[in-house]
Amino acid sequence: MSGHEFQTSFPDSGGVDFSDRDSNLDEAAMAELREIASRYPQPRSAIMPMLHLVQSYDGRISPAGVKACAEIAGVTEAQVSGVATFYTMYRRRPGGKHHIGVCTTALCAVMGGDALLESVERKLGIGPDETTADGMFSLERVECNAACDFAPVMMVNWEYMDNMTPAKAAQILDDLAVGNEVKASRGATITSWRDAERVLAGFPDGRADEGPSAGEASLRGTRLAAENKWTPPSAAEAAKIVAEQAKQEQSKAEGEKK
Amino acid sequence: MIGTLTPVLSANWGAPQSWKYDAYVKQGGYEGAKKALKMPPADVVGLVKDAGLRGRGGAGFPTGVKWSFVPQDNPNPKYLVVNGDESEPGTCKDMPLLLASPHTLVEGIVISAYAINCHLAFVYIRGEVLHVHRRVQQAVKEAYDKGWLGKDIQGSGYDLDIIVHAGAGAYICGEETALLDSLEGRRGQPRLRPPFPAVEGLYASPTVINNVESIATVPSILANGKEWFQSMGTEKSKGFTIYSLSGHVARPGQYEAPLGITLRKLLELAGGVRDGHELKYWTPGGSSTPMLTPEHLDVPLDYEGLAAAGSMMGTKALQIFDETTSVVRTTLRWVEFYKHESCGKCTPCREGTWWLVQLLRQFEAGTAPEGGVDKLLDVAGIVNGKSFCALAGGACACVTSAVKHFREEFELGYTTPAWEAFPYERSALFAMDSLGGRA
Repeated sequence: MSGHEFQTSFPDSGGVDFSDRDSNLDEAAMAELREIASRYPQPRSAIMPMLHLVQSYDGRISPAGVKACAEIAGVTEAQVSGVATFYTMYRRRPGGKHHIGVCTTALCAVMGGDALLESVERKLGIGPDETTADGMFSLERVECNAACDFAPVMMVNWEYMDNMTPAKAAQILDDLAVGNEVKASRGATITSWRDAERVLAGFPDGRADEGPSAGEASLRGTRLAAENKWTPPSAAEAAKIVAEQAKQEQSKAEGEKK
Repeated sequence: MIGTLTPVLSANWGAPQSWKYDAYVKQGGYEGAKKALKMPPADVVGLVKDAGLRGRGGAGFPTGVKWSFVPQDNPNPKYLVVNGDESEPGTCKDMPLLLASPHTLVEGIVISAYAINCHLAFVYIRGEVLHVHRRVQQAVKEAYDKGWLGKDIQGSGYDLDIIVHAGAGAYICGEETALLDSLEGRRGQPRLRPPFPAVEGLYASPTVINNVESIATVPSILANGKEWFQSMGTEKSKGFTIYSLSGHVARPGQYEAPLGITLRKLLELAGGVRDGHELKYWTPGGSSTPMLTPEHLDVPLDYEGLAAAGSMMGTKALQIFDETTSVVRTTLRWVEFYKHESCGKCTPCREGTWWLVQLLRQFEAGTAPEGGVDKLLDVAGIVNGKSFCALAGGACACVTSAVKHFREEFELGYTTPAWEAFPYERSALFAMDSLGGRA
């Protein structure tokens, strides 16, 4: 900020990469894209889930995917590109088999997220928005992922890895690298980022019953209440309380009248 | 008796396979919907209005009143859209609810959609939570299989479909009109109001948008009655809600209590600030709600109490920071969040959040110019209140409230890097081998 040089607010902006024409979208994929569109009253509403499906096939938002979505949604390719470049989950370049996210929004950052990110960067030898040479991992600095009571948090293919430390994260990355089974803290066995994108497009993978109902932090209030026999009132108790409240309000109103 | 904590939404979270239909029904699930379907829709609206349920997603607007704004004589379809884009920093209540008990939401949707004569409801859930999608997708499928969705629900003659929709990483889509644009397959940017969504929302049709927790609260009101709901909470903030404690607290987590509980009480239940440390500052409902300090420990955590203290209820995301934490560091990181998430539509927000970040980086690095605090407040003042939505306002609120309570710490930024004044490794939960200070 010393000089007055021009700086854009969106230095990481850029369009869909139309130089890379590679695509795996076949007739079966097109049928699935059309199936997504048929769920909605207006096919344009299907653009976001369709783009998730494009990513599961092509590993990124491909030119062929943009074209297919535009045709099905009845909009221009520019309009689809506009959507694809607005949302951070849509990739413009291929990433890793496993996509790692480390939360560095304020609370996670303070609780250790910054150090966690550094350790993951060192471990993988890449920075945020980069992919390892072997194509196994890509890395992202993510914003708050709604698991603050499990801070610091890491995401693997958008599955929760709660209460992370650099050592725990390193173990997870080691296991993923050699294909050992890794389970999310509150989720399923890790498969791949592309598989995750397919679920987000609305094609279930049959893994909903894996993992716990809740993490320890989620249950603390409920367990404490059970230990202390704290409950909401019964209907009869509630009626008594509300009648009492009404009486108090009435006497207060009468007092004000006087 | 009303317990100190009153688990209603979270009561079944620990049950075996709590996310399945059978487990939910065993806990009394779908009893509220059974009652609702026997009532005229307008009576369901009236009941929720009378109960006093207010929105749990931030603004606190009365839910039943919102429903009553839907013009029933409008010939277009009516839509219900559930906002599950939970992304406000610190907020972590809806995701555990949906993981553990997605049927609570599905039942709430059945009742709420019925009340406003809606036959197609949408659940918009942020994309970065894969397992939440699995559980909600499965619950919706189970509800179809059990006759709680689809045609002629439970023989009532009422039809309802639900579409579960995944976002793709944009905080702004938690803003209700940006969410609608997103759901229409556009870039998620807020709309100018009026018209309000109740009149012209999704596909320019009457639309109600409610937070996950608001809709999930509805079944309990139907099942237990309005008096039961009113018996909890305070005069104008009725009922119970999920308070989320995170940060430097011994036992972070979800604590469901009547509205009006204090942070002092919640901290006591959560084992206090982490051992050997003390409270420095906290947010009552996410980073967009002005921060508070230990002097506010006895403020009732309800809509009125927090407004009187100069803050807001927000999402009840209580982020706790102890004395090791640099307020400059967290303020910068929050404002970096808002800059990253600004949709770019309104110039003051797009440019202003960028400039706030540039200034705050100087404060963190200890290179801010003398008088920089006033410039910071000046920029925040210019940016605040000049955009379509509240995003920039949230960014400004976290700056102005931080300066209000900790001005001297910002002034330290003229000479001293934040990581020297408050060594970052002291705030972390694990031993660190580097400072984590980033350029």
